Amino acid sequence: MKRKRGIFIAFVKKEFWHLLRDSRTLLVALLIPVVLMILFGFTINTELNNVRVGFVIPHPSESIRRMTEKFSGNPYFTSVGQIPPTRIDEILRRGVADAVIVFPEDFDRRLSAARQGLPAEPLAQLVMDASNPNTAIQGAAYLQGVILGDVAVSPEVRLLFNPQMKSAFYFVPGIMGMLFLIICAMLTSVAIVREKERGSMEVLLVSPVRPLVIIFAKMIPYFFLSCVNLATILLLSRYVLKVPLTAGIVSILGVSLLYIALSLAVGLFISTVTHRQVTALTISAMGLIMPSVMLSGMLFPIENLPRILQYLSCVIPARWFIDAMRKLMIEGLRFTLILDDFLILLGMTVALIALALLRFNDKID
Amino acid sequence: MSTTDRAIVVRGLTKRYGKQLAVDHLSFEVEHGEIFGLIGPDGAGKTTLFHMLTTLTTPDEGTASILGKDILKDIRAIRSSVGYMPGRFSLYQDLSARENLQFFAALFRTTVEENYDLVAPIYSQIEKFQDRKAGHLSGGMKQKLALSCALIHRPSMLFLDEPTTGVDAVSRGEFWEMLQRLKEQGITILVSTPYMDEASLCDRIALYNKGRILGIDTPEGFRRGYDAPLYAVSAERMYELLNVTRGMPGVRECYTAGSVHHLVGTADFRPEEYSEALAARGFSDLVIRPIEADVEDVFIKLMHNDPLQ
Repeated sequence: MKRKRGIFIAFVKKEFWHLLRDSRTLLVALLIPVVLMILFGFTINTELNNVRVGFVIPHPSESIRRMTEKFSGNPYFTSVGQIPPTRIDEILRRGVADAVIVFPEDFDRRLSAARQGLPAEPLAQLVMDASNPNTAIQGAAYLQGVILGDVAVSPEVRLLFNPQMKSAFYFVPGIMGMLFLIICAMLTSVAIVREKERGSMEVLLVSPVRPLVIIFAKMIPYFFLSCVNLATILLLSRYVLKVPLTAGIVSILGVSLLYIALSLAVGLFISTVTHRQVTALTISAMGLIMPSVMLSGMLFPIENLPRILQYLSCVIPARWFIDAMRKLMIEGLRFTLILDDFLILLGMTVALIALALLRFNDKID
Repeated sequence: MSTTDRAIVVRGLTKRYGKQLAVDHLSFEVEHGEIFGLIGPDGAGKTTLFHMLTTLTTPDEGTASILGKDILKDIRAIRSSVGYMPGRFSLYQDLSARENLQFFAALFRTTVEENYDLVAPIYSQIEKFQDRKAGHLSGGMKQKLALSCALIHRPSMLFLDEPTTGVDAVSRGEFWEMLQRLKEQGITILVSTPYMDEASLCDRIALYNKGRILGIDTPEGFRRGYDAPLYAVSAERMYELLNVTRGMPGVRECYTAGSVHHLVGTADFRPEEYSEALAARGFSDLVIRPIEADVEDVFIKLMHNDPLQ
């Protein structure tokens, strides 16, 4: 028993040597999370900031003045001032403003009518630059909210959980879903297949070591690497991106560790079906990471996918992980409410390990 | 089969890749404590045979036993007790020589210290460089390290698949000296090589081609058993000499062997008649002398006699 443990430790030591001496891979693996977090957290921003608004005011009045002041006082808007009605088109085209609000001549009358709950006439006309439809729709909604804010009858919309619609919150689980696949599945499968390709697997197999020991020892350094990355991501989320992480950190860690195990199982499975590093890399990149980005809900909501891709997304582990992490990190749900996601991930892990063990070959052909 | 007293017993071993027969109903035996050479060109199926004997590949037909253990049933027992050095250098390039040796010792539940005496004659030659990454060692040193790693668990049987391929002549010589020393320790060695000159360093050799054994004997036995008249011929215009000689009466065979051509005659071959005929065709500088056959001559003769080759 003691000697058996000795073999395992010797193996793990050797795997750490491999990993630590491949400084380029190590550096990339440690930097990817930081780069992705900063990239997605700060630069790729789907939230709307700094909407430049121009105003067409045929008859200035006190209520119009108050209304325009509301815009200049709002951090999401910048006023570009009053513009002549004939130049609306030109100003939008030149990109001086993103939106123009055209007040009617009888704005005061319409406003008081609306306040009294009379059948409403439009309060104002919104002209938007819709070259980016998402921005236009979101911006229109903002503007409407500000204009109607005064009016009693306006429907009240409250955005829950992510009231400022910060995209960082939304992306953090996605980054984790992708990253652990890269680290665990891709690097692990490549590391195992490398032994086959270089011929050292032959020597390892002609020894008293059980082949499974070889494989599991290979996973340990990548598991550690993933834990370091997990810590990096959570710390960056909490202290740099200010993601609330309201749910218990225990649940977040639990689901993440399960997902790391699942990714390792994926890597193990890939290594049992390939003999070349290039093949393992291609399978990981094309068959795993691409679908995980496209079909997991990371970039595009699953509800918006064509029906057939929605079904396909069910077999993608990242989908369930991202779903669970969004619920935990952003909505702050209790663990029991993501139990279904957790069980699906657990089932996938068990199935993949079983499949890999069935396929595992302690021969070389 | 009262064959458990043999180190290796192979019976009808066969392996196909598609329709190609890599190893074709092979049978042979290796005695305890001998150096048994498997001599054959690249692509003869040597590596496939090694893979089957080390339990890495399952044969399609036939059976074999290593040290009395069946290659189909006692896989784990065989894997624990033999040393195997594959043809390609397959140690870890990013680990130092010492780390490689320590790892392989641990793999076999032993330590470098425990068996140092066995590997010392070999390992001491690379000890100066033991902190160097294995990938940065020279070809000969890599091969010594690989042999040390294959030996560190004191196996009683060594499988060496083309251990000297791609290694310089001096290192090759040193390597074979080491094999002799290991043999003196009682270790049985099955070694394959494409180099015919290494054959004479084995106790017994099997001439091997296209998955079949052409003959098994001691190197001396093979030489003595060579019964055709054999000559070395040379002249200024070597290439034309080869072509002309091949068409001459009484010549069974003529092939290049180093700086001369070897001429195999039929029983009624007369060297004087041959010289005169050649002189008449402008080869006035022809030199012809009778020679002893070496393993390569035997190999070529057996290959041509074999109807399946």
